[in-house]
Amino acid sequence: MTAVQAGASPAPASASESFSNVTCVFCGLHCDDLEIERTGQSLQVTRNGCGKAKAGFERPLVKTEPRVGGQPVSLNEAVAAAAKIIRSSALPSFGGLGTDIDGMRAVMSLADKARGVVDHAMGEGYAQNMRVLQTRGWFMTTLTEVRNRADLLIFTTDVLKYHHRFFERVIHAPQTLFADGPVKRTIVLIGEGYDTGPISGPGVDEIVTISCASDRIGEVISALATLSKGAPLPAETIAGVPKPQLEDLKARCEKANYGVIIWIPSAFAFANADLTIHRICDFVKEMNVKQRFAGLTLGGSEGSTSAAAVAAWQSGYPLRVSFASGAPQFDPELYAIPRLLKSGETDALVWLSSLTPDLAAPQTSIPTIVIGTFDMKLDREPDVFIPVATPGIDARGQIMRVDGNVVLPLRDLHRASGLANSIAVLNAIEAAL
Amino acid sequence: MLIKFTGGKVYDPANGIDGQVRDIYVRDGRVVTPSATDTISAEYNLAGKVVMAGGIDPHSHIGGGKMNIARMMLPEDHQHDEVARGDLTRAGCGHAAPSTFLAGYRYAEMGYTAAFEPAMLAVNARQTHTEMADTPMIDKGAYVLLGSDDYFLRLLTRGANKEEIKDYIAWTMHAAQALAVKVVNPGGISAFKFNQRKLDLDEKHAFYGVTPRDIILTLGRSLQELGVPHPVHVHGCNLGVPGNKVTTLETIRAAEGTPIHLTHIQFHSYGTEGDFKFSSGAAEIAELVNQHKNVSIDVGQIMFGQTVTASGDSMRQYGNTKSAHPKKWVVMDIECDAGCGVVPMKYRDKSFVNALQWAIGLEMFLLVNDPWRVFLTTDHPNGAPFTTYPHLIRLLMDKTFRNEQLRRIHPGAQAATILGSITREYSLYEIAIMTRAGPAKSLGLRDRGHLGPGACADITVYDDNPDREAMFTTPAFVFKNGEMIVRNGKIVKVVTGATHVVRPEYDRKRTEKPLKDYFDTYHTVQMENFRLHDDEIITAGCGHAPGTCGCLIVQPVGARK
Repeated sequence: MTAVQAGASPAPASASESFSNVTCVFCGLHCDDLEIERTGQSLQVTRNGCGKAKAGFERPLVKTEPRVGGQPVSLNEAVAAAAKIIRSSALPSFGGLGTDIDGMRAVMSLADKARGVVDHAMGEGYAQNMRVLQTRGWFMTTLTEVRNRADLLIFTTDVLKYHHRFFERVIHAPQTLFADGPVKRTIVLIGEGYDTGPISGPGVDEIVTISCASDRIGEVISALATLSKGAPLPAETIAGVPKPQLEDLKARCEKANYGVIIWIPSAFAFANADLTIHRICDFVKEMNVKQRFAGLTLGGSEGSTSAAAVAAWQSGYPLRVSFASGAPQFDPELYAIPRLLKSGETDALVWLSSLTPDLAAPQTSIPTIVIGTFDMKLDREPDVFIPVATPGIDARGQIMRVDGNVVLPLRDLHRASGLANSIAVLNAIEAAL
Repeated sequence: MLIKFTGGKVYDPANGIDGQVRDIYVRDGRVVTPSATDTISAEYNLAGKVVMAGGIDPHSHIGGGKMNIARMMLPEDHQHDEVARGDLTRAGCGHAAPSTFLAGYRYAEMGYTAAFEPAMLAVNARQTHTEMADTPMIDKGAYVLLGSDDYFLRLLTRGANKEEIKDYIAWTMHAAQALAVKVVNPGGISAFKFNQRKLDLDEKHAFYGVTPRDIILTLGRSLQELGVPHPVHVHGCNLGVPGNKVTTLETIRAAEGTPIHLTHIQFHSYGTEGDFKFSSGAAEIAELVNQHKNVSIDVGQIMFGQTVTASGDSMRQYGNTKSAHPKKWVVMDIECDAGCGVVPMKYRDKSFVNALQWAIGLEMFLLVNDPWRVFLTTDHPNGAPFTTYPHLIRLLMDKTFRNEQLRRIHPGAQAATILGSITREYSLYEIAIMTRAGPAKSLGLRDRGHLGPGACADITVYDDNPDREAMFTTPAFVFKNGEMIVRNGKIVKVVTGATHVVRPEYDRKRTEKPLKDYFDTYHTVQMENFRLHDDEIITAGCGHAPGTCGCLIVQPVGARK
């Protein structure tokens, strides 16, 4: 038996099973308090799941075979076909990267041997943060600190669209470590498009809205920094925000015991968004001269936080790494897969999406291998398709939370999907090169 | 299969062997005493060569969140140091903050067969262990951070009984799969979150009301009573602050005879004399260390050049950001449990302060008499990358070379150090103590760091080159578990080392009941998921025989008192 033979078990070992403390893989928050019931091969989230979690876990399993050229083949044939494409490629790209830490370790091993380029589907958002980290650095915090400590939270995007349980798990805490009961919090919403309905709850004392276009948030933060240095503002309104409102916000910042500014890099869908993040991070640093403030970056969906972390420890560089020369090289512009596809520099695409079916491979005419969930959304039939297990449902694993320090265990929920483990698939492709 | 290592000059201080010519026999990865009837299946003629156990680094930041931040933040650190994939080895890069693979290869190529990550956050244990799993060639393990975590500080504040505190320490060691416990700026990482900017030994934490003295003593005594071999690993208050020698002297006395290990003591040995209000406290501290047999130290020597400092000490690292070179840095508050600070640093021999730091470290090495209580470290990468060890060894072994180097540093620093008047030169025997036998003994690694029967056959063979830097840079052979992994300083076989842990006794049920409530009420992670299970740190495909996996070694602890 080779390592890549699909699990042959036709049915789960037990008819039903209950799981608690299950980690969810469907957004970067990775809530780990889910309760899940399995009946046969069906899963039901019975407690603590948001809409995304329910939609993700409860997808009915459909038996899916590997395919080459649209025709069902054995797993070994699919692996051989994938290896052939990579072998004949001058610069293969390894993208998508919707996987966990162990999956990413296998991707890095394969890309290293295949002399390929590694970039995550969320690579652009991630690169915006990296540009700031690599030029200025930052002062950051994590979810449990925010939950127990933050009395001023400044949002720059509607976090609930990305993390349905953010307020429930991090803000609406009835009991906290350093206050009697909830922390009395002020929530500031800078930007546009907020749904303020779900924000109220235990501990939320006041909600302040500062309306401006997303691409002008940086100006508002700059104005705050100017005011907190005691310097005059150059105009009566900044980004459409009247001066008194800015002065009010400055006073709130200075009064805070622990202020936190939150952003999601991929939500800043405008040119030079890294400059906005840059302003936020500098403001946080400046505030720390006298008092305590911190940044919190969210998003991190589709395993992107894990992918970047593994890339960094295995190659030395965060994402957008090329092994073309044999040694790792880093360039967030040059080694962006969207750019490589456009310029025609890459001649084979390996696309991994083992967490969700939604991470569609980009449109391209170059040979494409998709290693994805059984129900992967495909815009066109790839040259090779290999359905794989989802870590956290069909396989064990580990995944890093978006705040970057907490790594959570992923469980096998025993539905005996028969799907191959993506690590075994990637290892087998590597062995066949 | 019996392997004979014939005729080398053996330096094995744990067994009192000081350069005598000995034959060593190895079977199944262990040093053995053969019987007369045994057949020798392989022999290495080591005549004229120097033989030691594999090197052991007891304090090196090789894995975990802060090192990964350093890697991500500093592409310029790696860009002249990219290494292509080899026939046996993975690609990687990095000078001060190397990739995990490169760290493993470079340690082995330098004759080291074990390195220990000294600052693992319990919340970050999974990442730390996974990074260590991706660090090939060497054995590893990690010290879990306690002392700024909310749960421990709460126990102290409410005067919890000592059994409850010991249970919690033991639980954390099990949960994080730790070999030892480290305290960093005791209470200070937490105090910084309450906007305290310093916390001296007897200064009260603004929220909990406890002092660093309470924290150090409680941890020290608890670990002793739990039977954990390595004493509390103390990164003291006021790191890098001129005048901190007073705190360090007081910390030694504060231990009240309880075993403690003071780490990277160079960074804690500063006075305030002279025109620059910065002077050496090494002589006073070394004298007190000499008097206190309960104290061991490692130095955290600095070397000139670019590096990065990565520490759990968010409070002091924030203070150090003004010296960042290049001008960028990261500080983090983490999970009401810990923190970190990553600040790139360029130590310059023409800077008075840096030059004196260099001299202070060397003074400390040379003024502490007992090599069993001083370990060779640069606090990688904080003082310098570990790859500078051979140079450091030469500085310790070669007075003429040392004095030549001294003449190149800032003249003010030359005048402010007594280094030039110190004539001591370390012997190979003493180097073997401080890089092998001493750390192994201190960490409780009973079958490591020596070459007696039963020892793990981690063996390094050097040419007896009078240029000790060259000698220690390029070992002739390195053997891991009896297998040759390095020849002439180059990898010839890639292996997976073990992870060492200790598991002091505790009452799990009694400990987890209040902890579970605590996690449920205040945290964003479930207690059950905080714990790291054995099967998560045993490397798949490690190459060990089924059922005999050598990936995880549980070192023995003493009986709980």
